Amino acid sequence: MDFLAIFENTVRGLIGEQFIYFGLAAIGLNMHYGYTGLLNFGQAVFMAAGAYGLSMAVVSLGLNFWLGLVLGIIVFPLILSLIMGAPTLRLRADYLAIVTIASSEMFRIIARSPSLDRWTGSSDGLTAFANDFYEMSPFQPGRRYLFGLFIGNQMWVVVVGWALLATVVTLVWAMMRSPWGRVLRAIREDEDAARSLGKNAYWFKMQALMLGGMFGALGGMLRAIGTQSSQPQNFITDVTFFAWVALILGGVAKIGGPVLGAAILYGVLNFTDIALRQMVQSGIMPESIMDGTQVGQVRFMLIGLGLVSLAIMRPQGILGKKEEMALDDH
Amino acid sequence: MTTDFSSSLRMVSQDPGAAKPDPILTTSNVRRSFGGLVAVDVDHLEVQRGVITALIGPNGAGKTTFFNLLTNFDQPDAGTRVFEGRDLSGIPAHKVANLGMVRTFQLTKSLSRMTVIDNMRLGATSQEGEKLGKALLPFTWKRQEAEVTARADELLERFNLSHMREEFAGTLSGGQRKLLEMARALMVQPTMVMLDEPMAGVNPALKQSLLDHVKGLREQGMTVLFVEHDMDMVQEISDWVVVMAEGRIIAEGPPESIANNQAVIDAYLGAHHDSALDLGVE
Ligand SMILES: Nc1ncnc2c1ncn2[C@@H]1O[C@H](COP(=O)(O)OP(=O)(O)OP(=O)(O)O)[C@@H](O)[C@H]1O
Ligand SMILES: [Mg+2]
Repeated sequence: MDFLAIFENTVRGLIGEQFIYFGLAAIGLNMHYGYTGLLNFGQAVFMAAGAYGLSMAVVSLGLNFWLGLVLGIIVFPLILSLIMGAPTLRLRADYLAIVTIASSEMFRIIARSPSLDRWTGSSDGLTAFANDFYEMSPFQPGRRYLFGLFIGNQMWVVVVGWALLATVVTLVWAMMRSPWGRVLRAIREDEDAARSLGKNAYWFKMQALMLGGMFGALGGMLRAIGTQSSQPQNFITDVTFFAWVALILGGVAKIGGPVLGAAILYGVLNFTDIALRQMVQSGIMPESIMDGTQVGQVRFMLIGLGLVSLAIMRPQGILGKKEEMALDDH
Repeated sequence: MTTDFSSSLRMVSQDPGAAKPDPILTTSNVRRSFGGLVAVDVDHLEVQRGVITALIGPNGAGKTTFFNLLTNFDQPDAGTRVFEGRDLSGIPAHKVANLGMVRTFQLTKSLSRMTVIDNMRLGATSQEGEKLGKALLPFTWKRQEAEVTARADELLERFNLSHMREEFAGTLSGGQRKLLEMARALMVQPTMVMLDEPMAGVNPALKQSLLDHVKGLREQGMTVLFVEHDMDMVQEISDWVVVMAEGRIIAEGPPESIANNQAVIDAYLGAHHDSALDLGVE
């Protein structure tokens, strides 16, 4: 067994690209659900907005990279929030849930449609739209960095990602300490109470939906940049639920919750993946129990098992407080 | 002792829908039905400014529904509501609060996972820091926040909640929640306060202090409209009593006269006519 490889891969999971993409998406969900009580089951569509905003701007419309950023991080998520939020945010929480999950599937299916090939690249998606990004890289593409964990371009994505994560976490922390954040919390606790005190709950919910959506778009865009491709299958519903898992694992309504959750989720996924593979290869794991092709599925079973135990033993997540959770049962 | 305030109502007739000399709130032909059930059908009601008006009536009379209609938490099928000369039709509930009419709820709505002091701070209106654009610039709202906090602390002191300041509101007892909700409503600096059963579940010792608080509101010039089943309280603090039954206003008048009103006795006793009516008056 190659213990160094197991260790390296685990660390890559804990701090690498997937951690960043899903960390950002989960911060967005925390804004929605953790602080405002909005049920967004379609974070994937905001991530897709970021990815397609940039790639369509650059590839299909021939705009420059920076305009693509604005389109992907700001314009697309705002439009999406308005479309999904305007009819549902006055209603009970479940309506937003239905509309978001439907929108994310609709977007994926529409983007994949052959008739839109010249805009979205249909099922192959769009590629090579982030050259400008890599040209700014201070790292040499051929070299390995950080104890050999990341190659040049990867290192650039990861460094930018960490900076973005730090910025977004600080931003959310500062906003949630303000009177604005207090109104969001109040809406989460009891929307009617907030309204009875003169707060326009609808508008605050819309703002939260927009902001959380923008964080998701940032994650999705970075993911597209990291792989130089936006493809419909990158935004299946599983993507939304990975972000949810990260949030619940780390702790809902905690500033560090989504980030810690994403790190642990991908740390564990990477660890189980390589550890199981090595066990199969070295014969420690007999073929009769599992073979190499089953590793992918088995690690998700293990994650599932871990989540079930968490739900039983620590339902509030790693950073959450049990006493606070108990207050929820009015 | 209530004569100072109720004197403005001395000349008012004691018929349902009677005109008041200085109404702060006027409603006409307000109707609301749920399916086949007509929950509220009030021809006319005027609420006098600066006094305490009690809204009483048997369970299911439509008091809470009427409150919801007055504060736009629910929309009437028909009818007009005018508050301080402003027609409330089509105005969202939060704007009604900003106009100065604030309500509490029969089932208290404490914001459980927020501290008591944050519950209070939330009540202040026109907060600069509640604008997203300014949330990240604390220097634009720090001063106002300090003022709001000072006002909140004063109210907490008055409502005997100072020692719970930093606790989550969800840890408060039922009675303390009633106190918090009332104090929080006052943070809005309303001109009219609507309390839906402020005494329900409050222990007798606390009740007396709540009564004093309500009287205090009147002394500060606020108008109070409250729903209550506790007739001792109604007798003690109200200047005027409005009686609802089956969605309609069946009587109104000063508290002393209400207990002897035949329509009220019928409404309360309904089927069992043999029991005596105890409306807190000997
Ligand atoms: N949302 C609703 N849907 C259907 N029926 C309702 C609704 N709200 C109230 N009702 C009905 O309207 C009638 C009046 O209810 P309301 O809550 O206003 O009474 P109330 O006078 O406040 O009673 P209580 O003293 O018990 O609080 C009741 O018959 C109730 O069942
Ligand atoms: Mg009621």
